[in-house]
Order: sequence, then structure tokens, then C-alpha cells
Amino acid sequence: MEIWRLPISASQRGKLISAGYTSLSSLSSISSSDLARELKVSESEAMNILKVASHSRGSETSNASCSIVEGAQSAWDMLHDEESLMHITTSSADLDNILGGGIHCKEVTEIGGVPGIGKTQLGIQVAVNVQIPNDFGGLGGKAIYIDTEGSFMVERAFQIAEACIEDMSEYNRFLRKDFQECKIKMLPQDILENIFYFRICSYTEQIALINYLDKFLSEHKDVKVIVVDSVTFHFRQDFDDMALRTRVLSGMALKLMNLAKRFSLAVVLLNQVTTKHTEASFQLALALGDSWSHTCTNRIVLYWNGNERYAYIDKSPSLRSASAAYSVTARGIRNSSSSCKRIKMM
Amino acid sequence: MELLDVGLTEVRSALLQISEIVAPPYQTALSLMEQRFQNEHLGGHFPTGLKGLDAALCGGIPFGVLTELVGPAGIGKTQFCLKLSLLASLPTNYGGLDGRVIYIDVESKFSSRRLLEIGLRSFPEIFQMKEMAQEMAGRILVLRPTSLAEFTQSLEQIKVSLLQNQVKMLVIDSMAALVSGEHEQGARRQQTLSWHISFIKSLAEFSRIPVVVTNQVRSRNHDDASRYCFQVQSRDGAIETPMQYDSHLVAALGIQWAHAVTTRLVLEAKSGERFIKVAKSPISPPLAFPFHITSSGISLLSDDGKEVMGPEINAIHYQGHNEIINFGMEGLH
Repeated sequence: MEIWRLPISASQRGKLISAGYTSLSSLSSISSSDLARELKVSESEAMNILKVASHSRGSETSNASCSIVEGAQSAWDMLHDEESLMHITTSSADLDNILGGGIHCKEVTEIGGVPGIGKTQLGIQVAVNVQIPNDFGGLGGKAIYIDTEGSFMVERAFQIAEACIEDMSEYNRFLRKDFQECKIKMLPQDILENIFYFRICSYTEQIALINYLDKFLSEHKDVKVIVVDSVTFHFRQDFDDMALRTRVLSGMALKLMNLAKRFSLAVVLLNQVTTKHTEASFQLALALGDSWSHTCTNRIVLYWNGNERYAYIDKSPSLRSASAAYSVTARGIRNSSSSCKRIKMM
Repeated sequence: MELLDVGLTEVRSALLQISEIVAPPYQTALSLMEQRFQNEHLGGHFPTGLKGLDAALCGGIPFGVLTELVGPAGIGKTQFCLKLSLLASLPTNYGGLDGRVIYIDVESKFSSRRLLEIGLRSFPEIFQMKEMAQEMAGRILVLRPTSLAEFTQSLEQIKVSLLQNQVKMLVIDSMAALVSGEHEQGARRQQTLSWHISFIKSLAEFSRIPVVVTNQVRSRNHDDASRYCFQVQSRDGAIETPMQYDSHLVAALGIQWAHAVTTRLVLEAKSGERFIKVAKSPISPPLAFPFHITSSGISLLSDDGKEVMGPEINAIHYQGHNEIINFGMEGLH
């Protein structure tokens, strides 16, 4: 719906359009005080405008789909949701490209690979990158890091946080040098303060924590990513009853998916690797079995190809299979530095 | 619901309450860092005395997690363990942890004479005095389990006495020897070990001590998988033919163990020189340092690590075998 159709005064309409607000969706995420400042009108006027805008938007979208089936949403409305989906960058442009912008929010992404390929590094990078402020294209949210193996090293998180802030300052200097001089006031300590760290020592604790996260997330609404490193460890050790294990794991996956959708956050599950006997040869495959492989929305496999680390999209409803190279540096995950790299579409 | 004869809502709220209690408390990463730097020696790292390695590992061997030393026979794993045990027993002003060390010696390789020789050469001011030497050596407790069952028992006892007795380090030399004596093969063997892996990790975590475990090597066999199914199916030949590994050696205990250790240090020999390589670490890039064994233990020939790439990171080389044996002998006597 266009601004010019809103039932507001012509001068207000004119101010909105000249300030750059040409469609209703652009008004959806702004607060009334910001709008008042932008349009140079009083706050009560701005609030009025927003109320009218949301009314029109509301009446537009509540069309026939709700009356047919309770709680259903038409695919067209979902398209709007999907397009406004936020992504968490992985700090490697090639990787972000094949991921369609980054790790998707409202979805569960599983990342697996052999030991030493960089799963924990990617987990820490995502936990830091989710905190990139809105001005730099990030989500400005907090992170929950659930550590089941003890591989989270605080010093490494500090290094990655430092590098992220340096990159932001660099970008700032490059882009905004003709506008006002806004310094990055973030310190690596601030980034570390926004990572909520849980150490899990058994599978009962893991299940209990996933149950508890609902309450935790209602108290901490700014959490935008949950990283579980790794979801496999405790389930590989003392489970004798495989059927029970499958049930418990799928229950856990469902709960996580529920949390992802309700709180609009991204869930990243790191998985280990096992050998699988298929067609007279042994191959590597992600652990936890075939039933588990169905439960996650997206699946990324990290592997070695020659001297390079590659990421391969094994399964995704909206992305095509592709692989891209990345590297792990002292600053975190970055693009691969080799000159002959290319994104391979399968 | 049937078991407790209550309604669904009560079960749900009970579940939530129990989960809240069972779930561990959270900490912000910042408070974690502050806590570690305040309470622990060097922020949770145990310096090995090898400057290049310590710099790469951000201070030294990390507390609370497993560090694995893997390499072919005779390369120096036990020598490294002896040196580390000695260092841990020293007082803090000499770079030690000032505490007891539990050394689980499965293959009966612990030599106290060699330990004292290392001590005498590296820290003469302490070890020349007999009482001090006795005190330091007295802090190292050696256990010699003869079977996996005995080892399991000792582990459980260790957990109880860890905090009471000021134990500051646990060394297990070697993990592979424990399992090789058992009868099962392949997957069953991994399952046998999985309880122990879990237990040792939780032991390390709750007591926040460094745990060093040595591992053997075995030759690669055709069962070893190295590719995923999507790699094999590539049609346009972009994936190269399988690398010709000239080493044919892999670490024992399988991939589950490889996931469970946090830091893996590979000791190998290439063209007559020995290298200690950081193959897996959350904080260090893959670097290889040349080292040699002397009468004062193990020492690096260069503090600048060489960057290792790709398949070289996990390969274990054992070339130039004969020269090393002869060369080493002069150093040891």
C-alpha cells in the first residue's frame, strides 16, 4: 500500500515522501520518536501517523485466509515474512553468498564436519556477529552459547570480537567519512558480555536446558541466536536404546524449531562426523543417524578439499546445493585467500 | 501423565520446573573470562616451557579439557609427559602448578631415574638438594593399571580425591594401550571407551586441571573413510583423486576420540627431524615446531612454527627412522 493513500493530511504525506518513506513496510520498524525527529513534527503527530499506518496495514493483511483455517497464513503473506528475514553474517562473503545472506533466522541450521575443520570457530563467529548493530546491517542481538564439549575458549572469543570491532571501524571510516564522525563505542568486553554461556555435562542437562530456554528467552528477548556446540557429544556416549535416542533427539529438534519461530532467532547446531558403510565402501557422514538428518531445516557440511576448507550446503528448502571455500584466520572466519577459489554450483 | 495420574497442564508445569532446576546456570562470556583470569594460574593455561608452543596455545596447555599427544613409537611422547609432570610439581615461581600429579602409566614406561635426570639438568638449583628432589618427585603419583577394569576403578577413586589432595594434573600414558588389550573390535571398542571419554572429560571440567593423554598410531586400512557421499559423486572431476598419503599412519582410537579431545598435538618425524604439530586447537592455527630430545627433556629447535596446510595437518609422518634412533641415543646418555 502506498503512502499517498493514507488518510493523513497532505503536508504530512509530503513530509513522509520527502523523508524517503514511500511504502507502509518502511514505517513498520520505526519508533514514533525517530519518526518525529525525521519529519520534524511533534511526537503526538508521529504517533498518529504510525497508528493510521498500522491500521491500514492490518486491515489489508487480515484477509480471507484467516477465516478458512484458524491460524493459517497464506503463502503470499509468508513471502513478505521470508523476504524481511534477517540473516547473521558469517564474516566470509563467499559463505554468505551460498547461504543467501548468512545464517537464517527462524530456522534451524545444522553444521557438521571432521574434528579441526572449524565448527567451533564458526559457532563463536556467529555468536559475535549477531551482535553487530543495526547500523552496520546486523541484528544487534545477544547470543546463547551452549557448550557440551568444553571447546569454547574465551580468549579466542575475545580475539574474534576484537577483530569484528576493527572491521566495523574500518567500514565506518570507509563509508561514512563524508557524514558525521561516529566512532564505534563497542569494546570486545561488551561483546563478551552479551554471550550467555551454558556448560552442559550430560544429556539430561541438555534436555533440561532446552526445556528451560523458553522461560529464559521470554526474560531475555534480545537473544537472536542459539549455538549448540555440539549437539552430538552426550548422545553418542551412553545411549544403549537407539530408538529412545531418536525420540529424544527429535523432541529436542522440534522444541528448538519452535523457539526459533516464536522468538525469531536463528538456531545453529554443530554436529560431529561418523563413518557410514554404504554400498561396499566407508564414507563420512554426520553423526546421530538418518532420522536426525531429517529434523534440521538446513544442513551444511564443512570438509577439506585439498588444502582448502570448504562448506557444502547439503540440504536446504530454499538454497541450492553449492560449496564455497572459507578460511579460519586469527581474526575468525574469513574468505579463503587462494586465488583459484570459486563457488561451485552443483 | 498415566504414571502420575495428573492432568496435562500439571505435567507440563512440573516438567518446566524440573528443567529449570536441572539446567545449569548461565554465565556471560565476560564473567567467564574474568573468573578464569582471577582464579586460575595464567588464566587457565599451563606453560610447557616450550616458548613457541606456549605462544601458539595462548599460554600453554589449557585447563579443564583433554590435550592429546599422538605419535609413532619412540618419538618422545613419554619424554614430554615426564617433563610436564615435573613442571607441574614445581612451585609457581618456577612456572609450575605447585601440586600433585597423577600419572597413569599403562605401558610401564615411567622412569623415575630419567625424571630426576631431567629435573637435575633443567632446574639444578632445586634438584641438587636431596630433600627438594624428594619433595618434587614425591608429588608425582604413578598408577599402573593392568586392565581396563582396573583403570575404571582408579578413575573413580581419582575423582573423589582430586580436590582434597591438591592434584593439579592428570597424565594418561597411553590411552590406546588400555583399549588394545580388550577383545572387542571396531565399533564395540569405541563404545567401551565412550564412557571413559565422558568421565575423563567431566573430571577435567569440574576440577579445572589440565589432562594430558597419549595415543598411539596405527596404519591406515581401507575401512578408513575420508570422503562424504557428495564428494564421491562429483561428475566434472573438480575433486582431485585421493591424496597419496606417504605416511599411511593415523591416530588410533577412531574419529569419536578425535572429536572428544580439545587439543591434539601430533609428534612426527620428517626427513630426519622431529616436529611437534598443533593439529587441532580452538585457539591456535596449525603450526609445526621442530624439536629434539635432550638430557633436560624436550626442547624446541625453533620458536617459529611453520604453518601446515590441508591434509598435512592430520597426516602423521615417520620418515628417517634410523637416523633418529642413533641421534637420540647420544642425547639420552
